[in-house]
Amino acid sequence: MLRMILCLLFLGGAAFAVEPDEVLSDPVLEERAREVSKDLRCLVCRNENIDSSNAGIAKDLRILVRERLTAGDSNDQVIDFVVDRYGEFVLLKPRVSFQNILLWAAGPFLLLIGGIIGWRFSNNKKRTEPEDLSPDEAARLKDILDQ
Amino acid sequence: MFAELGHLAVVIAFAIAILQSIVPMIGASRGYAGWMDSATPAAIAQFLAILFAFAMLTISFVTSDFSVKLVASNSHSLKPMLYKVSGVWGNHEGSMLLWILILAFYGALVAFFGAKLPIVLRARVLSIQAMIGVAFLAFLLFTSNPFERLEFPPIDGNDLNPLLQDPGLAFHPPFLYLGYVGLSMTFSFAVAALIQGSVDAAWARWVRPWALLAWITLTIGIALGSWWAYYELGWGGWWFWDPVENASFMPWLISVALLHSAIVVEKRETLKSWTVLLAILGFSFSLIGTFIVRSGVITSVHAFANDPERGVFILAILTVAIGGALTLYAVRSNALRSNSAFSVVSRESGLVLNNLLLVVATMVVFIGTIWPLVAELVMGRKLSVGAPFFDLAFTPFMIVLAIALPMGAILPWKRAKFRKSTKPLMGTLVLSLAIGLLIWSLQTGGRMMAPIGLALAAWVILGALVDLGTRTRIRQVGISAGLRRLRNLPRADMGKTVAHIGMGLTIFGIAAITAWEAEDIRVANIGERFDVSGYTFQFDGVEKQNGKNYTADVGAISAFVDDKFIAVLKPEKRFYPVQRMPTTEAGIHSRLHRDLYVALGDQQGDGWTVRTYVKPFAVWIWIGSMVMALGGILSMTDRRLRIATSQRKAT
Repeated sequence: MLRMILCLLFLGGAAFAVEPDEVLSDPVLEERAREVSKDLRCLVCRNENIDSSNAGIAKDLRILVRERLTAGDSNDQVIDFVVDRYGEFVLLKPRVSFQNILLWAAGPFLLLIGGIIGWRFSNNKKRTEPEDLSPDEAARLKDILDQ
Repeated sequence: MFAELGHLAVVIAFAIAILQSIVPMIGASRGYAGWMDSATPAAIAQFLAILFAFAMLTISFVTSDFSVKLVASNSHSLKPMLYKVSGVWGNHEGSMLLWILILAFYGALVAFFGAKLPIVLRARVLSIQAMIGVAFLAFLLFTSNPFERLEFPPIDGNDLNPLLQDPGLAFHPPFLYLGYVGLSMTFSFAVAALIQGSVDAAWARWVRPWALLAWITLTIGIALGSWWAYYELGWGGWWFWDPVENASFMPWLISVALLHSAIVVEKRETLKSWTVLLAILGFSFSLIGTFIVRSGVITSVHAFANDPERGVFILAILTVAIGGALTLYAVRSNALRSNSAFSVVSRESGLVLNNLLLVVATMVVFIGTIWPLVAELVMGRKLSVGAPFFDLAFTPFMIVLAIALPMGAILPWKRAKFRKSTKPLMGTLVLSLAIGLLIWSLQTGGRMMAPIGLALAAWVILGALVDLGTRTRIRQVGISAGLRRLRNLPRADMGKTVAHIGMGLTIFGIAAITAWEAEDIRVANIGERFDVSGYTFQFDGVEKQNGKNYTADVGAISAFVDDKFIAVLKPEKRFYPVQRMPTTEAGIHSRLHRDLYVALGDQQGDGWTVRTYVKPFAVWIWIGSMVMALGGILSMTDRRLRIATSQRKAT
């Protein structure tokens, strides 16, 4: 959460992001711009999206996103457009690709493996079931309980 | 003078820790009682020495002794007293000393209250605790000496980073460290158990309070940090999936898993080796977190020191501790066989599922956090992994966990009939689904977060209450008898209910704020009125004010609902001249059903940029966290965990 400090330190000025003059008048388009912005990284900041950064490049990107959307691009087209220019570094959510397979598949894969191990563990018939009490033990237990 | 005494005390503590790590361990393997007993006074002496050193550093800060380098670079004579004190740990060296202080404090607690522990176990635990101490004391002495003097002291200090000059952040690190380091205790118990080759119910009972304590303090520490981000950063975000947040979140998740699996060891004597592994993993993630924060390898702003030497040192500690413990585990875990069986439908299986989901979710966070590093080192690609990834990859595990929770919690141990056992939850299920459907049909726009989140919250909260109801058999025995039974329930059961309700409340807060937040951004002129989500705001202007060590523009925005005045919100833009750094303080009016949140931006001509948010049910995120922590505290006061001390009193 402190990643903004550096941005603040370098750039001065409060963490103030989307400026009033950038907001599109069409609320649907603005909503889409926000959606797209969430996935795009302010390149000079630490892991911060362009919506919550007040760096110059973030502002440029916000305006670029809105220009493309106004020009009729779909959300994906806008993102492709930005990635073409700035590389995959700009994406906060890496693409599901072969190179990122470990990143995306780790959760489901580990869940599957863990699930199989857990299932086998709880179904393990080999572990000795505690046997029923012998008549002697039952009698002693009764004695104790009756006291 | 004070600094030199402090330095000397650290050196003495270092020497004691070396002895404490060797002598009792040899004593335990040879059976020398005297050698084993030496661990107790050593642990207490080590703690006192470090406490003394910490006091000396605190005195240097409080008296603004700028001949001490650390004070000069992190304090200022004009700083309020609270921040002079919190400045002690608001930097790399001082926070490391706090870390070590807490480590030694826990060791001393075991020494002091551990009279009932088997002597061999106690000796080994304290020895391992001291080994960790040796490693970190060496780190402090050789790479991060907080007592270094300056040849030419400056007239005044460099001040503490203004963002850290905040009550929420003053106490955030101590709580986090209590948690991180608390996991060192469970680690030491786990390694000691591996050395002796046995784990039993008594061991689990001894480990549980430490796991609980670590979890409670981590919960409070993380909640404080998130609350701080909420009011300080100016747009009301409360979680950012920043590497450093993840560094604290991973041990938290593992400690939750550990708490639950330790119950199984205690009640059913099974899952032993898994629980030992979790205890090792928990502290491993604490160490990884320390590495992330202090090495600067994964860049983040928390990074105290982007110093390769320190990074390598911590990496070495981490490798030895984790590698050593895991090797020991590989060799010895076979000795920890669990014998009692349970069927697929049982409380045990529910807790296995809980552990599975939590551990896999932790691994997802871990891989996401280090992926940019891996991609760059292995594939030479620069990429980013941020909030959108974690939201997508992590949240499903928590949703499944919340769905499974009430069912798992109500199942009996060992073997259950699913239909019969979960029958009391039918009403809850119907009600929760109805709530979800109702919200889905009422809301316009397609965010599924609200219906799913609120249905889940209802399911978890009501499910916890139903569980309590069946435990007290309140329907069969009537209200008054039921309440009497409630009083007689073990505290651990109350703790469980309260903690689960807390989780439900947090889910509720997160879902509501995510789905229903309303925002307004504008350049407001003085006197201008505007509406946001049913509330009217009026911009009354901005005035200059002077704080003790800063100047501020303080805005005034009146809030109304239906022309009825509610409050004046006072967002601030502060400027700290010593560090030449601006900060923001949001103006917030909190009620249980919503926060009104205003942040002040730059002056634009006659007006000012004003960002206004209405955040429904925001406070429940933190209320839920505190309720969770309260549940943990209740559980810690359970009679069976206190039994050792009460027995001591009786004799």
